Amino acid sequence: MKKNEFHEEFIKGIWRDNPVFVQVLGMCPMLAVTNSAINAIAMGMATFFVLVGSSFLVSTFRHLIPKQVRISCFIIIIATFVTIADYTLLALVPAVHKELGAFIPLIVANCLILGRQEAFASRYPTKLAVMDAMGMASGFLLALLSLGSVREILGDGALFGMKLFGENFEPWVIMILPPGGFLTLGVILLFFNWFRLKKDEFLEDVAAAERGGN
Amino acid sequence: MKKTDPDLLLFHAPLLRQGMTTPKAMRDVLYALAPATAASMWFFGLSAALILGACIAGAVMAEWLFASQEARGESLRDASGILTGLLLGLTLPPGLPLWMAFLGGFVGIALGKVIWGGLGHNLFNPALLGRAFLLATFPIAMTTWVPAVSDGGFFQVYAGNLALPFMQAPVDGVTAATPLGMMKFEQEVTPLTNLMFGKISGSLGETSGLLLLLGGVYLWLRRDLDWRIPASILLSVLIFSAILSLVDAVRFPSPLFSVFSGGLLLGAIYMATDPVTSPVTPRGAWIFGIGVGVLVMLIRVFGGLPEGVMYAILLMNAATPLIDRYTQPRVFGRGTDSK
Repeated sequence: MKKNEFHEEFIKGIWRDNPVFVQVLGMCPMLAVTNSAINAIAMGMATFFVLVGSSFLVSTFRHLIPKQVRISCFIIIIATFVTIADYTLLALVPAVHKELGAFIPLIVANCLILGRQEAFASRYPTKLAVMDAMGMASGFLLALLSLGSVREILGDGALFGMKLFGENFEPWVIMILPPGGFLTLGVILLFFNWFRLKKDEFLEDVAAAERGGN
Repeated sequence: MKKTDPDLLLFHAPLLRQGMTTPKAMRDVLYALAPATAASMWFFGLSAALILGACIAGAVMAEWLFASQEARGESLRDASGILTGLLLGLTLPPGLPLWMAFLGGFVGIALGKVIWGGLGHNLFNPALLGRAFLLATFPIAMTTWVPAVSDGGFFQVYAGNLALPFMQAPVDGVTAATPLGMMKFEQEVTPLTNLMFGKISGSLGETSGLLLLLGGVYLWLRRDLDWRIPASILLSVLIFSAILSLVDAVRFPSPLFSVFSGGLLLGAIYMATDPVTSPVTPRGAWIFGIGVGVLVMLIRVFGGLPEGVMYAILLMNAATPLIDRYTQPRVFGRGTDSK
């Protein structure tokens, strides 16, 4: 039972409560930095680090943080991890850091991170909070990666910088530009909603068939 | 069971029936476009037919794919998808790869119509939305113009048309500037007779001004279009460019050149008058048309692009709900201040 619960907290962030496709949170980095798969991964990893780190700290100290000033405490903790992530990226991958630019400091303002602290980490024990943070961050990373891959493949004919279609590929300029982000996200959301609709219909049919059988 | 030849017909009111239905109106527009379509094939040969076919196929495919099971036949029968495809095709350059034309038709219907809730619910003209998408996505292919085919070259297809999906068009040696491009970048004026009868480079449907006007007159006689919209667009363009050419006749084009060049006639007669995306009130139609005309001239003369009809119409499409709201006639018996 205990093990199952852990499992559940992790899985829900990836699929059922996916922060991007279901909760539609964190749109700013989602649309701004997904013009290539490598940028999407860097942003996803940075967010992963910040979310897991701050969820761990917030959950550990949840009894010490006064309720009245909890938001500012969360922000200070998050900002600490964002600063670490910022300098780490600058030291390790300066090219990607330059490409992401202002969007790394802006992770502080990502509503996904503050939302998880408020809704989950400040109320649950540390182990669960870390599992939840890892699930949510993985869901966010997967969403960024899927958007970034689609946009890079169509907009550049490449994935992770490797040409897929040869020299004669006609790039879809719009996919690298901001409208491409909105279009791709819209199409993916469309697919998600259609899938859920079909699933609900299927479950209803099953329920109806069972009732009929009885 | 519906009897085709009933002995006795029973109706309830209303008994007065109007012959005009949506499929009929759409078909009228198709007939009106027939001369211009034929002319595009005359000037650009088999390529024109291929591009128009690809656009229509893309549009119809999107209609079919996104329609619900019950409405599948319905949305195909009213011919609006075919019309969107045809209109889009007429705005494309003749040397465009066919897969791009297909994609444009598909996106035009999918993003321009289906996503809003189908026929009658869209804010923007689907054909122009498809074209705007293509222009933003493939800026080079969409602005590469080829000269009209020489006599007897009907079966000669432009090399660009046959590019494989997702691949670039091979670089064609022969390209030609459109009259508007020549005017803007080289200050070279194309004779008016060429603009009227065709034989200029440009998109498929914009080469022959006279045939487009002919179709417009047919639509006007059939009461399929609101004459105020094309009239106000053409008038405002005429007046605007008359003032400009009075200021500097060398730098700015003459009024008639402005009217007959580019996609102005095609846009003013067939696209701005789309009943779904233009205002319904007479006063609103005037405001809409003047807005389109002024925007077209602003983009052509002061903007970076040689042609601005598409963006002008799309921008005014966005303003249409607002125009309709402020030009509602006063309800009889109520004060002016009440809603």
